[in-house]
Amino acid sequence: MELDQQSVQDLKAELSKHGVFTTTFEELYNWGRKNSVWPLTFGLACCAIEMIATTMARYDLARFGAEVFRASPRQADLIIVSGTVTKKMAPQVVRLYNQMPEPKYVIAMGACAISGGPFRDGYNVLKGIDRYIPVDVHIPGCPPRPEALIDAFMTLQKKISEQQLTGAGRPRHLHAELPSEFPVPEYAEHGLEPTENAEVWNPLKVIQG
Amino acid sequence: MSAQTISVEQVKALLEAAVSGCRVEIMQNGSPSAQHSLVLDNEHAVEAARFLREDPELRLDFCSNVTGVDWLDAELSEKMKTKKLVDGVETEVEEIKKTRIPGYLEAVYHLFSMKKKHGPVVVRLRTSNRTDQTRVPSLTPVWRSAEFQEREAFDLYGIVFEGHPDLRRILMWDEFADYPMRKDYVPPADDDEPVHAAGEGTQ
Repeated sequence: MELDQQSVQDLKAELSKHGVFTTTFEELYNWGRKNSVWPLTFGLACCAIEMIATTMARYDLARFGAEVFRASPRQADLIIVSGTVTKKMAPQVVRLYNQMPEPKYVIAMGACAISGGPFRDGYNVLKGIDRYIPVDVHIPGCPPRPEALIDAFMTLQKKISEQQLTGAGRPRHLHAELPSEFPVPEYAEHGLEPTENAEVWNPLKVIQG
Repeated sequence: MSAQTISVEQVKALLEAAVSGCRVEIMQNGSPSAQHSLVLDNEHAVEAARFLREDPELRLDFCSNVTGVDWLDAELSEKMKTKKLVDGVETEVEEIKKTRIPGYLEAVYHLFSMKKKHGPVVVRLRTSNRTDQTRVPSLTPVWRSAEFQEREAFDLYGIVFEGHPDLRRILMWDEFADYPMRKDYVPPADDDEPVHAAGEGTQ
């Protein structure tokens, strides 16, 4: 018998009232993943100080299962880009992301990481890390408060729990043909080459006139 | 000797007496700080710097800051009254005389004395122009603390310090070709968000 989503949810709710708990493999798998996200020990500027504050006793990111900051990208599955990404640093950020195993996630924290922020017109500031790697959650703020980072983290958890293991809507890491590594930009005479990765960067178009 | 009693005039006099042939020019600072500075000629700059450090009265043993300044080509307009023949009658005509002042780059050093507790004495070195003659002597052999900051001035302004032990870019990567702190530097526009004319397809 084929049941639609709503009937399944109703049945589960009804059964739980009688002390019978049911779940799906997908739910169990995502529940486990979302509650043990290991971020990379990686900070770039003042936002990193707020990120550190978020992990300490007052805000306590450990409540969400993300207290294990790993010093190696090989053991991390979340990179929090916390601060200004200079053009000199951008290749290293992309390389760190490439070295992380799938499934992996990116939070762009603060005005600089999402757009260049107050330093946007500087000669050495990248205008947003989403030009090179796929960002899951953007947080505005300069710097964002720890509550904002927790909110972004909960948004990411929600995103993880909604990921499908099968079907056309499954995430990138379950598509064998989609890339898990992204081209590292190179230093050139006037800036970085290329200036963006068109496959991940979908800017809003600025209309003039 | 306290900070009040050391004046650029004194330093200039001491320098010119001690280093033969040294030409020192005083550059006035019109702001309330009145922090005037000394422009040294490039041929005698290292010798003069060594004197500033060693002289028992000055003992400027600490170079706290090295930076660059970019002076663009400037045009000076002066109103001149000249007599000219207009329709056979000699009349006074006002003419605007324009003089072109070629631009140059400057390296600025702020010197203090730990021993005598005075300073700063501001010393400037000038390049001949901003394009192909951008050389000044390095003062790193005199003050070691100038090493990284001279590299920074080289990196961002393109001032070439002759005699520097390790003149490489320090902030930008080695492949970078521009001097981003120069006033006529224009950052590449190709990394801006694409701009479309109104009416084109919107997303």
